[in-house]
Amino acid sequence: MYDVIIIGGGVVGCALARELSRYNLHLALLEKEVEVGFGTSKTNSGIIHAGHHSSAGTLKGKFEWAGNQMWDDLAKDLKFGFRRIGELLIARQTEDLQYLQDLKKQGESRGVTGLELWDPKRLQKEEPNLSHTILQALHAPTAGVINPYEACFGLIECACQNGVELFCAHPVQSIKAVESGFLIHTQQQDFQSRIVLNVAGVYADRVAAMVGADNFKISPRKGEEYMLDRRLQGIVTHLIFPTPTATSKGVLIIPTVDGPIMVGPTAEDVDDREDFTTSFSGAAKVFASVQEYCPAISDRDTITEFAGLRAVADSNDFVIEGSSVRGFYNIAGIQSPGLTAAPAIATYVTEMLRADGIALTEKERWKADIDGPPRFSQMTPTERKAAILEDPAYGRIVCRCESVTEAEVLYAIQHGARTLDGVKFRVRAGMGRCQGGFCTTRIMDLLVQHLDVPLTTISKRGQGSEVCIPRRDQILAEDEV
Amino acid sequence: MNNPLKKQYDVVIVGGGPAGLAAALGARKSGAENILIIEREVEAGGILNQCIHSGFGLHYFKEELTGPEYAERFVAHALSENITMLTDSYVIDISPALQVAVLSGRHGYLNVQARAVVLAMGCRERTRGAIRTPGFRPAGVMTAGLAQKMVNMKGVLPGRKIAILGSGDIGLIMARRLALEGCEVVSVYEIFPYSNGLTRNVVQCLDDFDIPLQLSATVAFIHGRDRVNRLTIAPVDAQRLPDLNKSWDVDCDTLLFSIGLIPENELSTKLRLHMDPATGGPQVNSTLETSLPGVFACGNVLHVHDIVDFVSEESLRAGQFAADLALGRRRPGDNIALQKGANIASCVPHSLSPDREQVIYLRVKQPMKNCILSIGDRYQKKFRMLIPAEMIRLTLAPEVLDRYFGDNLKIEVRPQEVE
Amino acid sequence: MKEIKNMTCIGCPMSCPLQLTIVDGEIEEITGYSCKKGEEYARQEYTAPRRMVSTTVACSGGLWPRVPVKTAESIPKETVLAVVRELHRYKVKAPVQVGQIILENVAGTGVAVVATRSLPGSKSEGQETI
Repeated sequence: MYDVIIIGGGVVGCALARELSRYNLHLALLEKEVEVGFGTSKTNSGIIHAGHHSSAGTLKGKFEWAGNQMWDDLAKDLKFGFRRIGELLIARQTEDLQYLQDLKKQGESRGVTGLELWDPKRLQKEEPNLSHTILQALHAPTAGVINPYEACFGLIECACQNGVELFCAHPVQSIKAVESGFLIHTQQQDFQSRIVLNVAGVYADRVAAMVGADNFKISPRKGEEYMLDRRLQGIVTHLIFPTPTATSKGVLIIPTVDGPIMVGPTAEDVDDREDFTTSFSGAAKVFASVQEYCPAISDRDTITEFAGLRAVADSNDFVIEGSSVRGFYNIAGIQSPGLTAAPAIATYVTEMLRADGIALTEKERWKADIDGPPRFSQMTPTERKAAILEDPAYGRIVCRCESVTEAEVLYAIQHGARTLDGVKFRVRAGMGRCQGGFCTTRIMDLLVQHLDVPLTTISKRGQGSEVCIPRRDQILAEDEV
Repeated sequence: MNNPLKKQYDVVIVGGGPAGLAAALGARKSGAENILIIEREVEAGGILNQCIHSGFGLHYFKEELTGPEYAERFVAHALSENITMLTDSYVIDISPALQVAVLSGRHGYLNVQARAVVLAMGCRERTRGAIRTPGFRPAGVMTAGLAQKMVNMKGVLPGRKIAILGSGDIGLIMARRLALEGCEVVSVYEIFPYSNGLTRNVVQCLDDFDIPLQLSATVAFIHGRDRVNRLTIAPVDAQRLPDLNKSWDVDCDTLLFSIGLIPENELSTKLRLHMDPATGGPQVNSTLETSLPGVFACGNVLHVHDIVDFVSEESLRAGQFAADLALGRRRPGDNIALQKGANIASCVPHSLSPDREQVIYLRVKQPMKNCILSIGDRYQKKFRMLIPAEMIRLTLAPEVLDRYFGDNLKIEVRPQEVE
Repeated sequence: MKEIKNMTCIGCPMSCPLQLTIVDGEIEEITGYSCKKGEEYARQEYTAPRRMVSTTVACSGGLWPRVPVKTAESIPKETVLAVVRELHRYKVKAPVQVGQIILENVAGTGVAVVATRSLPGSKSEGQETI
């Protein structure tokens, strides 16, 4: 019997797991994918929003600024990259100017610091590659960038070291309210818990429906993103936002935390909750938009593209509440600025549980930080020499494009990576311009050696996505035996 | 033969594939004493080790070899010449003073001082991202070269039912290879109205196995969340844009991309070498020296070749020039800039010197029948057919050049006048 | 009986479309070539097409699990699949030397199959000098 079970290992679920792990609770997190962070949290823009975007009077507004201020400590404790590079919201038409004014006022009333309107002269000085026809920009220095999947890995690793039990590849099939709480059925095993936190992202309404607590609907909104070659690195140094439309913040230029520029996302309402597809029309829209304010960016520099689904609730705001079923909580509709808000949501939900009479006594020993993955590419020559002396695996580069060593890949495997994507998103091996053309077989070999499994079981992201199959004669030979 | 590592070398060669091996031999031929090859894989030979088909060496060895045989001859020759090979080692940086920083599995972090450096890192494949193929991102999508490594080196298959996008030679070779392995190769799709591979490969890799080649068609969508299960194929118009109204679906579990190669220029960009956007490699003078004095480039890192024989030839020269510089033998500087004229996509080197015979490699932009290639007004050569997929190698006698002192020399390809 | 057979010449990038007029199994006429090579190719390819075959053979104890091999000379085109099938059932042990005969008279063709690389045992240092 668990005290609390969290359904969904996205960034909010992982943040909740870590937050609740401070207390004497028996906790588990169930994730349907093979690793945490493999849904919406893997496929978004990776932006920690400045704090001024979301309207007052909404939960989004409430948690955007609160969450923003929590990321410095998290990044430091959990050893993932976070850079407050600042954001520029640009006005290209006279009617946009008022929006910039309003947003500045909204931010200031909330306490967002450093908001400043830049004239074209200042803008050209700071961002010479932006279109010279931009009328004005609102600079928000509090905005930052992270790799959201790294945040998930860090949060869950910290949670697990503080006692949270993680069950990946455990899609929840049904939930039954029973006297002592809930009986949660998965294909592999059943779980019992007093409290269920439903953080199931685009599936949150379906999970809620399993106990009849679905007083909201989720509709997926797809966003396509395009990662550009390092050739364009540094072409802009701030996050660039156009003035938004009703449904979207528009197509952004994102200097990612690792350096390369990413452009996107699109915003398209879709029916299929598994529609992670990119499209000709999406690419055309992204690059047409971006070229209007940064003409030097070209679709020919794309090294890879992906699509993610935002979970949009019918209220268009976050849904964070206890439900009609006692002990079952919905934390749903966490679309943008959901990543920013995640840590603030986690503390808010914790207080909600406390208010509902759940006993939260702090553990005597709770460890806030983790060691974090080594990053050879960021070491100085002296540090590199020392690292190699200690472990010769640092002397073997596995991924050439991103200078990832064998030692880092092994670290990823030791910390839970079971798939090529698991390695890639932990230590960047395979993420560069060759997209795994050279390093795939080497990473597969390392997975084989250290997990002691056959080569043909190694997958891209879990069962059904195996990278290779046995030779026919090998199958025949085994049949003969 | 065990060579202890030295602190200083006459010539340090980055890459132990066909280019690096030939450069080492060229440097030895030119008298360099201490030569070091740094190779990132556990064995030298480069990509040839996985190219098990025959068709290599007809120019260089005057006989038809497979890739591994070609590589092994060079490796054996290099070893017999007492050239030091540091395998499982990776060059992470080169300073302007030619201090080479190396990461080595067995030796840790090393610094070696070079008198001359030859870049011979080869090339890599363009990937799905480069052409932004829409759809899911499932397993079963990979480059043809990665599939080749899996099949020929690791002894596993990429899938059962294979489609290939791009009719370059690697794609065609892999079509045959997988057919021989018992896979069903459903089709090869090519966005251009002509194949980008050798006719011999179209005939012997596709026709022999009844594998259809669909010209002017591309993959418009990849289906399957976890594993490829279907492709949408669309014909393309003259601008090579897909016509989705005329598209059709094809069942398969694997899609290989064979859509071209690009020089692997991580180090070149780090060194801030002047690059040539047409080749994707560095600009070089007639001694194959880049814009950074003492740094030379050859093989596929300079410009992507079609045949390894030309790589060897070019790299031998690069090694000789590198050794000349290392040993203090100066040559007169170039005084003629090569200028691309009509129907020239790329040419290497970028400048010439009339003091000795010059070798030029070039590619045309458009296929052209019955044409004349002219260089200035003293050199003309007739060709029955020139295609972009086939690199042309020319040698120019000093007499052709000596009038162009300090001048631009224009290369062009024009149709023959009909008389 | 008269039939027309089409081929593409592989002699050079011209890729001449060749047309063979066949009467009772014999070549009556070859057209479409623009040099002598084309005519010769058409004749050879019609009467006795031959191919070089390269593939890999399972190899235990080596640096890699397969060793590449080829037919020592070209074999009749119609025997290609039989040759590959026989080779794929075959196993060798490292070390292997380049040029070493792996299999004599493969699939009854009278042609030997040879290794196209040396494959040292996985423990040995192989070709490396440092």
